[in-house]
This record gives sequence, C-alpha cells and structure tokens, in this order.
Amino acid sequence: MALNLRLFQKTSDLENKVDSFFIKLAEASVIYRLAIRNYLKEGLSEEYTTHFEKVCDIETNADTLRSEIKLAIYSEMLIPDSRGDVLGLIETADEVFSLMKKSLWAFSIEAPVIDEELVPGYRKLTNMVVKAVDELATGAQVFFQSPHLVSSYVAKINLYEKEADKLSTNLKKQIFSSKMELALKLHLREFVDQIDSIADHAEDVADRLTIYAIKRQS
Amino acid sequence: MAIDPLVLVFLSSGLFLGWALGANDAANVFGTAVGTKMVSWRTAAIICSICVLLGAVFSGAGTTETLGKLGAISALPGAFMTALSAGFSVFIMTKGGLPVSTSQAIVGAIIGWNFFSQKPTDTTILLKILSTWILCPLLAGIIAVLIVQLIKFISRRMAIHMITLDAIKRIALIVAGGLGAYALGANNIANVVGVFIPVQPFPTLELGNFNISSAQQLLLLGGLSIGLGVFTYSRKVMDTVGSQLGSLSATTALIAVISHSIVLFMFASRGLETFLLNLGLPTIPLVPVSSSQAVVGAIIGISILRGVASINWAVLGKILIGWVLAPAVAFIICFIGLFFLQNVFALRVV
Repeated sequence: MALNLRLFQKTSDLENKVDSFFIKLAEASVIYRLAIRNYLKEGLSEEYTTHFEKVCDIETNADTLRSEIKLAIYSEMLIPDSRGDVLGLIETADEVFSLMKKSLWAFSIEAPVIDEELVPGYRKLTNMVVKAVDELATGAQVFFQSPHLVSSYVAKINLYEKEADKLSTNLKKQIFSSKMELALKLHLREFVDQIDSIADHAEDVADRLTIYAIKRQS
Repeated sequence: MAIDPLVLVFLSSGLFLGWALGANDAANVFGTAVGTKMVSWRTAAIICSICVLLGAVFSGAGTTETLGKLGAISALPGAFMTALSAGFSVFIMTKGGLPVSTSQAIVGAIIGWNFFSQKPTDTTILLKILSTWILCPLLAGIIAVLIVQLIKFISRRMAIHMITLDAIKRIALIVAGGLGAYALGANNIANVVGVFIPVQPFPTLELGNFNISSAQQLLLLGGLSIGLGVFTYSRKVMDTVGSQLGSLSATTALIAVISHSIVLFMFASRGLETFLLNLGLPTIPLVPVSSSQAVVGAIIGISILRGVASINWAVLGKILIGWVLAPAVAFIICFIGLFFLQNVFALRVV
C-alpha cells in the first residue's frame, strides 16, 4: 500500500511538472506578443524590458522543469513505453522558448527601426505565430490525456504556420519594395525570419506530436 | 507414520518437474514486470511463490483429477517414470529449440504407461485434453482482443494522464502477475504431482481437528517445488523473457499476462465449471494447459487485431510440431523406461 501511494505521489508530481512546462509555453507566447506589440508601439521601453525579462525567467524555469522531468523519468524508470517520445517532445518544445527569447534579445540589442507602414505586418505575423504556439501548448497537454484528439490541434498549428509564412512573405515583399537602404531592408528581413521561425518550429514539434499520438493509440 | 525414503526418491521426478515449471513459467507471469524493472525480481519471486502455492493447494484438484482419469497409475515407480519421461522429453525438445509444454508431454507419458500396463486410454478424456491444446491459445487470443477493445473504450472515455496510466499499469502488472501465478499453480500442479495422486504415497496427516490427505500433501509439496524453482532459477529466465518481450509495449505485455491468467484459471476452476453446469452451458475441461502457449496465443490475437502482418509463422509451426512431438517422445521414453524399471530393476510399475 505504501509502495502504491509513493508511486502515485511520484507520478502526480511528474504530471504536474509536465503540465507546468506546457502552461509556461503558453504563458511565454502571450508575453512574447505583448513584448513585440510594445516594441512596435514604443520601441525599446521599460515595459518591453520587463516583458523580455519575464520571457527569460519563464525560459529558465522551463529549463529547470525539463531537467527535473528528465531526471524523474529516468531515475524512477517511469513510462518506459513513451519515455523517448515524451523527452523528445519536451526537448523540441523547449526550443520554442529559446527562439522567442532569441527574437526578443535581438530586438533589445539591435533595436531595428520599423517604419510605421510595416507595423501592422509585424503585428499580424506575431499574432499568427503566437496562435500556433498556443495551440501547440494545448495540443501537447491534450496528448498526455486524449491522444486521439491531438490531430485537430495539429491541423490548427499547420494552418497558422502556413498563414504565418504568407504574412512573412508579404511583409518581406513590402520591406524590399520600399525605398529604404538595403542594409536596413536586410536588417528588417532578419527580424521577420526570426519571428516566423517560431511558427516553423512549432510545426516541427506538431509533426512529432502527430507521430507520438499515433504510437500511443496503436 | 514415518515416510519411506524411497517414496521421496520416486517423487523426485515430479518435484524436478515442479522446479522446472517454477524456473521457466514464472517468467510468463512476471517476466515483463521484472524485465522492464517495474518490479524487483525479489518482490516478484515472493509474490509468485506464495500465489503458486495457494493456487496449487486450493484450486489444483480439478486438473489433477482429469489427468488421473486419463491414466490411474497404480504404482509409485510407474508414476516416477511417467513424470521423469515427461520432464526428459521437455528437456530434449527445449534443447532442440521447440517451445514444448510439460502439459503436453505428461499426456504422452501417461498414455505410454497405459500402453505398457495394457490398460485402455479413455478416448473421451483424451479428446477433451487434445481439444484444450487448440482451445488454450485460441481462447487466450480472443480474450486478449476483448481486453484490448475494453481498454480502448475506457481510455477514450476516461482521459487518464499518460503518467498516471503508467502507475496503474505497474500495479496492474503486479496484480496480474499474482493472479497469473495463482492460475499457474492451480492449472499446472497436475503436471507435477498428478500422476502420483492415485498412488497415494503418503499416510493421512492428523493435525488436531484437521486431516491432511495424501493428495493435499502432494499438492503442497508440488507447490513448494514450484516455489523453489522460482527462487533458485527464475531470475535468469525472467531477464531473458523480459528482454525478448521488450519489443512489446507494457500494455501489450500486461494484456498478454491477464489473458494468460484468465485462460489458465478457466481450465482449472471448479467454481466456473459448476457455474456453467448450473446454466446448462458446456463446461470448460479442467486440464493442465501450456502457460507459454497461452501467452503466445494472446500476443498473436493482439497482433491480428492491430493488423500487424508480422505474425511469426515459424513460431506457430514450432508450436504445432511440439503438439505432436512432445507427447510422442514422452510416450516412447516412458514405455522404454517402464520396461527397464520392471525387467532390469525388478520394480513394480503397474
């Protein structure tokens, strides 16, 4: 009986950690959007820095959770069937945190000058990317309880990623058709790519999620 | 009231069969749990030994009675040779890489004794036993398919977290292992001591108000020999089975163990027999069946359900060959052995 209670205590702790990891992903994406919006409105402000620091903190916490989850799964010999899949999912999802942090870091260091007419394009792109990450965070949590429901989340992530690609292409066209200096154009394109790469990576994680869900259902 | 030491010598072949059963078949019920490190070997061995012993003593009478009906061996040396030839044929077949079962070898050996003693073999009982060789893996397969569907149904509706599900699987593996060991003891004890029961080698033991009959003492001794096999040699086999089953998911392995346990219990339960009789339904014969073949049947059932094309026909072929060869070899060895015991050692075998 004591063994069973200890086992359920351990699994409950691990469950909470896994859930927290993906909740942090959703949280980071919301703050990422706030940070970009803030930058597009006011440039490098105190508020932007606060948001940026918050994303950094969340990323650090997620890293700690990732290590703890890894340690618990291996040291307690938990979920032997899906150990590789779960760790693969968490490792790749962790990269999404890094990409968001990297993007905000670039804004704070390089402080790109964004023309007023390009702002709506950046905003739309950021919204679409954040939607993809949001769906990923929810889809990943659903994977642990109802793998048969994952496909609808993956479909949405794919849709948002395609939309993000379209928006980034349009934005790049807009940048390169303007009369800015080439160096500035290249600089702005770099930021478009950085934002868009978050959705691309979310789609990669979603692809993994699809395979893992199929494996769990078989 | 002292027991003749010669009785123990003659019982040794049956006890050896018990030891081998414990060493090998414990892996069918606890191999996955131990192999995947979900439960330590020590815990598995303790649970397995206790449950096997309980199964043998409390539910082992039905299958032993059936074997007794196939051939009522009347002399201890005859019973000794019957058990020895079954054990020896299993040893030879296993060396040759055939997954044979003691349950099948003992049938050939008993028929060998019947032939030697010129006593008729009850064909109705024989046909009943033969039918179980096909029924056992078939039933295990069907039960496994039903369990898979049930688990799918439940998991779709209950949305249990993967990690909680893992904990549930661990506990289920231990519980299923315990039930499997009970069923193994109940069903396969007949292979160990079944041929000795008609001989009644022990006097009835009187313990206050309780009387322990010769048959009960044999069941207890047989159960202990299985337990000894579990403790002394099952670790290696469990590790091997665990690694072989490593390609199976924990869920598949769990379903295989549960199906195996249900089937073995069905072929040993007098309660179920009475229940079916009361309902006017055909009963399931109480016959010792192969634990390994039940597991294989369950795995094949799951594979077919999942549309896996890789059913190992070679393994199936080997099982079919084993069905014919194991009893045939045991028959020959028993017949020749009885001849030697009677004519060279001048022992009464009939």
